[in-house]
Amino acid sequence: MSTQNEADPHVSSESTQRDEPIRILDDDGNLLPNAEAPSLSDEQLVSMYEDLVLARQFDQRAISLQRQGRIATYAPMTGQEGSQVATSYALEEQDWLFPTYREHAAKYVHGMSLPSLLKPLCGLRDGYAIPDDVNVLPEYIPIATQVPQAMGMAWGHHLQDRADTAVLCHFGDGATSEGDFHEGLNFAGVFDVPAVFVCNNNQWAISVPRDQQTASDTIAQKAAAYGIEGVRVDGLDPLAVYEVTRCALSKAKNPTDDERRPTLIESVQYRYGAHTTADDPSVYREEDEAEAWRQKDPVDRLRNFLYGEGVLDETLEDEIDDRVDSQISEAISTVEAAEADPAHIFEHVYEELPDRLREQRDELNALREKYGEEAFSEVLE
Amino acid sequence: MSSAATPDSDRRTDSLTLVEAVQDALYTEMTADENVVVLGEDVGENGGVFRATEALYEEFGGDRVVDTPLAESGIVGTAIGLALSGMRPVAEIQFMGFAYPAFDQIVSHASRLRSRSHGKYSAPIVIRAPYGGGIRAPEHHSESKEAFFVHEPGLKVVCPSTPADAKGLLIASVRDPDPVVFLEPKLLYRAFREDVPTGSYEVPLADAAIRREGEDISVYTWGAMTRPTLIAAENVAEEYGVEAEVVDLRTLSPLDVETIVDSFRKTGRAAVVHEAPKTAGLGAEIATTIQERAVCYQKAPIKRIAGFDTPMPLHALEDYYLPQAVRIQDGILETVDF
Repeated sequence: MSTQNEADPHVSSESTQRDEPIRILDDDGNLLPNAEAPSLSDEQLVSMYEDLVLARQFDQRAISLQRQGRIATYAPMTGQEGSQVATSYALEEQDWLFPTYREHAAKYVHGMSLPSLLKPLCGLRDGYAIPDDVNVLPEYIPIATQVPQAMGMAWGHHLQDRADTAVLCHFGDGATSEGDFHEGLNFAGVFDVPAVFVCNNNQWAISVPRDQQTASDTIAQKAAAYGIEGVRVDGLDPLAVYEVTRCALSKAKNPTDDERRPTLIESVQYRYGAHTTADDPSVYREEDEAEAWRQKDPVDRLRNFLYGEGVLDETLEDEIDDRVDSQISEAISTVEAAEADPAHIFEHVYEELPDRLREQRDELNALREKYGEEAFSEVLE
Repeated sequence: MSSAATPDSDRRTDSLTLVEAVQDALYTEMTADENVVVLGEDVGENGGVFRATEALYEEFGGDRVVDTPLAESGIVGTAIGLALSGMRPVAEIQFMGFAYPAFDQIVSHASRLRSRSHGKYSAPIVIRAPYGGGIRAPEHHSESKEAFFVHEPGLKVVCPSTPADAKGLLIASVRDPDPVVFLEPKLLYRAFREDVPTGSYEVPLADAAIRREGEDISVYTWGAMTRPTLIAAENVAEEYGVEAEVVDLRTLSPLDVETIVDSFRKTGRAAVVHEAPKTAGLGAEIATTIQERAVCYQKAPIKRIAGFDTPMPLHALEDYYLPQAVRIQDGILETVDF
């Protein structure tokens, strides 16, 4: 992946033009001329498809739960799940993932459970309690702050000679305007760290369109300013995203003499829905804008591709739909049965509980004892 | 309260200034633990603008004493990431007044990585910054905004006033499992020398120190303000027979409430001296802590002797802004005579 894709035999020659996003599948999910599918087994491809279906169903269910008041504000990912799933498929188990609040599917694929994705949406912090063998950070909600941190962790791995480990950091198009994006990428170039920075350019930062975010023609081109490689990929083409990310991770770990480790991937995509369940996109953009993107839908494209390959049929599709449906229902039941423990407020603020916090915890406990749990919801309601 | 303990096997000392003690602490910890790295602006070959990292680059090399690009948020964000990878970064912010670009990284991430990951991750980093006025520095180079950081749960805030404490507190900070904002009184960097143990030792991040004992009033302070406070205490003792107890907090978060309150129970009067603006400064927290726990011992209103609620003036007027011995002395007498 020395420049765009000239050296990469897996991608279509049609995308060799400098700023065109790299694609492997056409809009209908057919392999493009001269493009080669990534070396994924049939099982892996079907599993990737199942995760895409799960991501889409999860999204629809989460939006519906929010409408019913059963979860709080939710950031939907429909239209973007193909890129999320594919980037995480490219990760190896030991690689680290820095997600934002929208990367539900990316986290799931890299090892987080469905209940853990839903718990923070129910206000339960233990959703951020990441299992020991899962290399995922709690989602980043401030914009772009994860970029220097991902850079720092990648640098730390590098300094400690963990040559098999890379870091993948997600952010959106809006984040590229933040100082931390610049600082993180600048550091990454200077210290040449094994990190892959994925800009999920979904064209909108809440209500502000991409062309108001930067006068740059592309986001990938910003990489040039940091002396690192920038790549544009069709973010609705899961196979292209997978291949581009895999190459970038591989280069991060084993660069050739004339390559630098970091890559900025601009995954060109579209947020079909709202920024979160708290806004209404019809206020700031044309409803039909999404249509052109929906024609290239990642779930449809991968499904069509797999049908074409003869590895997916209606029976398997139904089986996947049913399995995903019950998985999500089960996760929702688990999370809705969970209860918040007020002790969590005071836990893990410091490694050891300072005296002052102990006193404050005891004070709260004494009040709970005295007035009962009900009393604490009276004022807010 | 405890004091710096020297191991029996090594009672050798060096006569060091405070900034030399900072360097000695970094040298000691970097020698003991190869995961300790120093990063910041001009900390490498230049040895830091105050020479706090002098000779470390030559000793430990460019992978462990790292000149970063000029970007405070990048420095602290990177330090958090390094800590996540298992390292022990010590980040230098060149002056406290330039810490603000990193504020988001400090308060949104370093301070709460442990709690928001429910205990899985933490950010054991040290953020060193020279703070405070009195050296005729340009604008933005004299800030004393410890209250910003004391207000943030999950952070520890440390401020030494002597070379021996600077070394022991900094070593303890590097080893601490939580993020520490380590504020160095640049007015005292080269103000005096004292004997500092040559070996490795910790001063716990929990204990205030009684610098002078007295029965009539407790005067709470830290960092650079300990010096004019001690001078004021000697003056009022000599001229008026008033014996002030001077409590050097050393660690500003968490506060050593026990030492603060015990001293007040003895004296029944209190003054707090800090160079930061008065309103919502740490003095307010100390006064309230005393009220909450020892109001029955109180003989006079608690006096705050602080910087004014104005921007730090340019240096021609900083002597009027910073609490000098005369203001402290006046505040002590006003409180004792109430």
